[in-house]
Amino acid sequence: MSAISLSPLDLCAAALLVLILAVLTARARLGVGRQLIISSMRMTIQLLLIGLVLRALFAHVQISWVALMATVMLLVAGREVVARQHRRFRGLWAFGVGTTSMFISSFTVTILTLAVIVRPDPWFTPQYAIPLLGMLLGNTMNGISLSVDRLTQSAWQQRSVIEQRLILGQSRQEAMADICRDSMRTALTPIINAMAASGIVTLPGMMTGQILAGSPPAEAVKYQILIMFMISSGVGFGSMGAIWLASRRLFDQRDRLRLERLQAPKR
Amino acid sequence: MSYAGDKGGGGILNQLRIEGLRYHGWGPIELTIGPAECVCLFGASGSGKTLLLRAIADLDPHDGFLFLNELECNDIPAPQWRRRVGMLPAESQWWHDDVSGHFSTPDKRRLQDLDLDQDILTWQVGRLSTGERQRLALARLLNTRPQALLLDEPTASLDPESTRCAEATIAAYRAETGAPVLWVTHDQQQAQRVACRSYRMNEGNITLQVHT
Repeated sequence: MSAISLSPLDLCAAALLVLILAVLTARARLGVGRQLIISSMRMTIQLLLIGLVLRALFAHVQISWVALMATVMLLVAGREVVARQHRRFRGLWAFGVGTTSMFISSFTVTILTLAVIVRPDPWFTPQYAIPLLGMLLGNTMNGISLSVDRLTQSAWQQRSVIEQRLILGQSRQEAMADICRDSMRTALTPIINAMAASGIVTLPGMMTGQILAGSPPAEAVKYQILIMFMISSGVGFGSMGAIWLASRRLFDQRDRLRLERLQAPKR
Repeated sequence: MSYAGDKGGGGILNQLRIEGLRYHGWGPIELTIGPAECVCLFGASGSGKTLLLRAIADLDPHDGFLFLNELECNDIPAPQWRRRVGMLPAESQWWHDDVSGHFSTPDKRRLQDLDLDQDILTWQVGRLSTGERQRLALARLLNTRPQALLLDEPTASLDPESTRCAEATIAAYRAETGAPVLWVTHDQQQAQRVACRSYRMNEGNITLQVHT
């Protein structure tokens, strides 16, 4: 069974629903109509463009193009992590903490999956490499931005407690233990919830897409299981790295809390 | 755990020596506090008393040298330094739900000396009054057996009777361990009761005060 092709008219019909919604919310002065239209248009343009890019990429299977695409994805994700920080690190650290840990965890997990589990030929075949990396980066980005934000916010709010613990002779690791644990839980809660609810409460997006596009459900399910495992390990390792880097940066070599390394939040 | 400073002769000799200490653009501070000596520090709010204690506890970046006996601050890891040079901040912080979580091996007798309730270790932290917190913080600090004490207004929120208890407890600790004490206070009478010497701090400089 192959997918039923969608015509532009089909998409316009779906867009009409959003348009009606926008008009109604504007009438009711709910103030989201404009945003709804703008982000719908952004989404459409971005996805159409990426469709073109992927088509070109699939036609020319070359590792350099795949690497370029992967780098762009990583940098955009890194910028996104910075944008979601309430109190970000000064200087390059804001970008460095998230991007480094995302790079290490997402790329390692993706390459391992490609080389050991899925094994397409060649291993960087873009049909496999790009969607897998995208899934991983997207989720790791969420995990890392949540955990680092939680870490820096908590350190700021609990600075007196942290210093009290230092005063009593605890190391920076001991003084930060509770906060690190909270941050890690914050990072992993979404994926743990998603795993617990998947298949019963929700049909994961990737699987739904695959089934709609004509894949046999049994195959779609296997890929979804693979993705879930990849995502949880990617998010977990990435957040661990980010928490480690960020909590190191909050202290100096004499275990002093250095909150001046964080910027004041922008209003 | 040994808290004897001077290894030779078997006597307990702890000396805190501050040489050319600069912090937050203030100083240099020169100050030596001998074994079991108590030095009081006065000064208006914002004159840098608390910041001085923080610098000595190596909580803030500083220049100059800090010696406990012949050991310089940078010779040992910061947590070890802070366990030896114990600071009591003006406002104590508590992170466990119950009081006992903050004490590894509580010294019941000291809690009694500080006029604290027998069962206070089983209490929730939220139930403590300001004065109880302050005395418990002192007990918590002394429990870690520091070799020198930095006290930031340790009796600020205590009634006269509890103040005497706290002063007596600190004096007993000094006598027992030979710990030098640097004591920030606003109370001249308290200084006369507890101090061997007193200094007044002004814009990060200290001057000796004539004692009666």
